[in-house]
Amino acid sequence: MSTLAHVLEEAGLATIALGIVRGQLESTAPPRGLFVDFPLGRPLGKPGDAEFQHRVLAHAFSMLERTEPGIEVFDEAIPDEGGLMACPIPPRAEGDEHPAVAEARGLRPAYDRAIAQYGEKIGAFRLFGPDEVPAAIATFAAVADGAPWKEAGIPGIPARVVQDIRGYYEAAALALSDHVPAAFEATRWFQHETEAGKAILGARKQMEAQGAKQGLWQYLVSGAASD
Amino acid sequence: MTDLSTPSSDRVKTFMDGLEAADFAETAFTTPKPLSESTVAILTSAALHHPEQAQFDPRDTSFRQIDPSRRDFKLGHWSQDVDQVGFAVDHNVIFPIDRLQELADQGVIGAVSDVHLAYAGNQFEVQGIRMDSGPEGAKVLLDAGVDVVVLTPV
Repeated sequence: MSTLAHVLEEAGLATIALGIVRGQLESTAPPRGLFVDFPLGRPLGKPGDAEFQHRVLAHAFSMLERTEPGIEVFDEAIPDEGGLMACPIPPRAEGDEHPAVAEARGLRPAYDRAIAQYGEKIGAFRLFGPDEVPAAIATFAAVADGAPWKEAGIPGIPARVVQDIRGYYEAAALALSDHVPAAFEATRWFQHETEAGKAILGARKQMEAQGAKQGLWQYLVSGAASD
Repeated sequence: MTDLSTPSSDRVKTFMDGLEAADFAETAFTTPKPLSESTVAILTSAALHHPEQAQFDPRDTSFRQIDPSRRDFKLGHWSQDVDQVGFAVDHNVIFPIDRLQELADQGVIGAVSDVHLAYAGNQFEVQGIRMDSGPEGAKVLLDAGVDVVVLTPV
């Protein structure tokens, strides 16, 4: 990000770079850097809070009055409280399906409601659509139960498949919650509280045990939402 | 219940603190005209794109032009370590286009640019951005009459 600030400034544009990772902002030293101590993914701080977002922008624009490069610090931090979203999962249909697969099917109405309200914006479904989520989860459940990961039919690079599944669950969570979750609350819910999350964690352990390269299993979970 | 007493996102930030950064021997510094006369653009490293535009590959150093009259943004960032729910409910938390329009309506800024840019920020090799796509993006913004750029990470 700060590399681009240098490049733009060299071209004659005035820039203010917001930065969430303080050390990175300091080491890249953009012409004008504003450190915002917010969660990764929320550089304006608070979704749905226009007044707060305006305060961030006001500080950023005030830096245009500087006469030399420098970094300033926004005066309010938003800490990650490590919270876990309380999210009621719809009852699963009884049957022969793996619980994670049935869970995913049961969440589809919630997913559809969230997309109707907010649109599909959060990076899911670069490899497959929502109709394919239960089948994708079934492949991880099979690996968790001991199937060789290369033969389980995972529909793409495993970590990318998980991102699509995570997007489906986090969208559904929005429709099942009565508030906008704090950063990573929905990710922690998906990763630790859902059957799909448990299946993926199980597959991760199996892939490691089966000798898969670390880069293939390590990123099946969000480090920002791990325990 | 899982013990989540230590927010792991802070550990991710600490890891990112230590990543090697590009080194600029000198810091360019442009003094803009008054903000109330300036055209302002957003540049985000969140890999935003419109649905019909090509997705960002994980090592993609190119950029997408974002149309400020639209709201069908997609968050294309390839990382598990970014909160995406905030953006799902309010794109302004990464791409504050509505806030800029309000500032333009109030006369605080001169105008909102007709074009904004998105790159993929999770790059370990930035020379392609520094030498090629960065200057190309700067030209797009200059051609659009931009004076000031707010850069937002993800």
